[in-house]
Amino acid sequence: MTTDDPVGTGTPLLSMREVSKRFAGVAALSGVSLEIAPGEVHALVGENGAGKSTLIKVLTGYHRKDAGDVLFMGQRFEVASPQAAQAAGISTIYQEINLVGLRSVTENICLGRRFRRFGFVDWPAMHAEARRLLKRLDLSIDVRQPLDSFSIATQQMVAIARTLGFSSRLVIMDEPTSSLDDREVAVLFGVIRQLKAEGLSIIFVSHRLDELYSICDRVTIMRDGRTVLTRALSGIGKLELVAAMLGREYRSVEKEGATAFGHKAHGSHASLLSAEGLAHGNRLRDVGFEVASGEIVGLSGLLGAGRTESVRLVFGADLPDRGALRLNGRPFVPREPADAIAAGIGYCTEDRKSEGIVPDLSVRENLTLALLPRLTKRGIVDEKAQRRVVNRFMERFGIKCSSPEQAVRELSGGNQQKVLLARWLALDPQLLILDEPTRGIDVGAKAEIQKLIRELADRGLGVLMASSEIEEIVEGADRAYVLRDGRTVDCFAGERLTAEAILSAMAHGSEARHGAGDAGNG
Amino acid sequence: MVDRGVPANFGLSFATVERQAALLALIALILFNAAVTPHFVSLRTFNVNMTQVTPIVIVAVGMTLVIATAGIDLSVGSLMAVAGQLAPIIFLGKIVMLPYPVAIVLAFIVPVVATGLLGFFNGVLVSRYRIQPIVATLVLFIAGRGIAQVLTNGNLQTFREPGFQWIGLGRVGGLPIQMLLMLAIAAAAAWALRRTLFGRQVLAVGGNERAARLTGIPVARVKRRVYLISGLCAGVAGLIVVAINSSSDANQVGIGMELDAIAAVAVGGTLFAGGKASVIGTVIGALIIQLVRYTLIANGVPDAAALVVKAVLILLAVWVQRRGRTA
Repeated sequence: MTTDDPVGTGTPLLSMREVSKRFAGVAALSGVSLEIAPGEVHALVGENGAGKSTLIKVLTGYHRKDAGDVLFMGQRFEVASPQAAQAAGISTIYQEINLVGLRSVTENICLGRRFRRFGFVDWPAMHAEARRLLKRLDLSIDVRQPLDSFSIATQQMVAIARTLGFSSRLVIMDEPTSSLDDREVAVLFGVIRQLKAEGLSIIFVSHRLDELYSICDRVTIMRDGRTVLTRALSGIGKLELVAAMLGREYRSVEKEGATAFGHKAHGSHASLLSAEGLAHGNRLRDVGFEVASGEIVGLSGLLGAGRTESVRLVFGADLPDRGALRLNGRPFVPREPADAIAAGIGYCTEDRKSEGIVPDLSVRENLTLALLPRLTKRGIVDEKAQRRVVNRFMERFGIKCSSPEQAVRELSGGNQQKVLLARWLALDPQLLILDEPTRGIDVGAKAEIQKLIRELADRGLGVLMASSEIEEIVEGADRAYVLRDGRTVDCFAGERLTAEAILSAMAHGSEARHGAGDAGNG
Repeated sequence: MVDRGVPANFGLSFATVERQAALLALIALILFNAAVTPHFVSLRTFNVNMTQVTPIVIVAVGMTLVIATAGIDLSVGSLMAVAGQLAPIIFLGKIVMLPYPVAIVLAFIVPVVATGLLGFFNGVLVSRYRIQPIVATLVLFIAGRGIAQVLTNGNLQTFREPGFQWIGLGRVGGLPIQMLLMLAIAAAAAWALRRTLFGRQVLAVGGNERAARLTGIPVARVKRRVYLISGLCAGVAGLIVVAINSSSDANQVGIGMELDAIAAVAVGGTLFAGGKASVIGTVIGALIIQLVRYTLIANGVPDAAALVVKAVLILLAVWVQRRGRTA
């Protein structure tokens, strides 16, 4: 942990020292330190599982810390619930607005505070208070309307007004911009600057680098449950920041052989899938890529860059707002996953548990779930044919289970993933989409799966692989696209496909990439 | 993983134990009655119990499929009343006089088709408009009985029509037709759940709806179908009940049936969270519920107390399910 001189030299507003938290013996936070100065906007960044959410939950009393000290306004700070934290001056605004949508703006702002007159609710006073607080944010809306009738951005302003009503000293904003458009982001930033001018401090959690640089004073980077670096944003380049987030020496050389993909294909094949200008909501703005038969194409990017959102559009799991897909040169408009499956596409989801397996069904049923219509004659499943398919794939993929009849939830993560891969490969698809194919899988199974993917590509399968692991992309993919804030910013292949190139594109986007390659210090 | 040393038939053996628990309870009830209840071991007692349990089983089989998709159907009792009112209207010629055999045939077909359509309507509410099943089927739970009453202005219909009442009173080789019908429906559902594409998709939708959609399963269609089937089953059960009674009262037919059916499914070990269903378990569950009620009444315990016992049974069943999940 390296700490530069903080912005203010006076007493910090909040100081967390050596805070630790374990869940069922697994360390979620180990020796975390965080310091927030008065009137500071402080960025908190880190990839999935870095510990940001846990840190916030410990701070706001949702979880109890196991060890460490927290000082807030010079006092020991120990709260048992988010409500108590709010009363003590620390408010949190979550990504999903956690207010009551059906109730009025006034009620949402004044909820939890007492406005009583002769034992009755004093509505005039509550409305006046709501208007007063919203006015500080330059917002004048009908406070009697239900919160639901306003846009997400306005709802967020209401959430902020609510925190002002609790005279908070510290406001935690958890990905506040993820569902806002550019104009709304600008308004939010205006409010943040105003809060800062009033002396409030803000912890700003976001994955959008450009936003951090435009609004935050300092940044604390978390990785694997630790705070690895705190520095003024003016003193750290984007590349260095990304490298610290991902735990890489940003000038390190690519290590060969860390993954099991082996050689790469270099032959050029016919284009299989192409995507152009894909947009969806506020998360995906302009994504394009191309996959050829026999090629593994990687989709890389930081958390929230739009990897999963992109592949879901290809599979028809979501519908794009804009953009076009072409499959084998013809326009392709999947409205449902069934359409994509019929077109010869398979999709292994990133979330095995909630979108992949059907936990109570057997390995046999899970493996043949997508294939089942083809194993059916007049509505009746041909169980002999089903067993043949299951046996073939269990043997070929080395799926370890006591029998094909074992419930799939009892299998290890690696074996579940093999069952899901088999589910799609049994269909003999032309394109396989893999989202985080080796997440949560032990090293041995990981290598097996990576080797398998390469074998399949060698036999002509097109593979689109989204992954947060740079090694997996650099070593596994023949070509890789880098996404940044919902846009495709660069594409690398062959000699140019290196960890540094990807990091640089993640940090700077395409505009700065040529300068960044040699400068390194951004 | 194998190296955890799980016996090969782990998944199967627990299901068997679970099913056996219900089966054992049923056997215990029968033995208890044989020893305690006077005249229990007689053809008459058997017939009485079978007559009463048949509608429950038929409705509960449809309910099993609905619950397997993590849904529920509260409208079944009211749909029974609709079917029960429609049939006499047709064969008594209240709207149009039809020649005899045609009227009887239509009296079987039209009511069941009608309740099937109403069930399909439930399915549309659930799948297309994404209304929670308990709310969606509440619509017809209320409106269905209203429709049934409107059909005859709330009047009791009485009749003697052997051609129609055959479904409730007839016998083949000494066995009641309705019992054979019940066995046929249960067997068909059990087979469909195990062996057909539709059955596997029902369980997949109930087990993990998002995963089911991502494997190309037509989730909405599957849901519409299970509610349709539940409606058809309720229609058949309604016909049997009015045939046995020789009368049809829109205020009485199928009252409380949704609860009996749900209880039978619960006792039978079908998961309410969806994804796991046993039709045989449901049949056993219905038999247990019927036998408990009979035991209490035959031994002089009032009907009201029987309700409490039924509730205890459901709690017990849910408790066994919980244990099964964590085991």
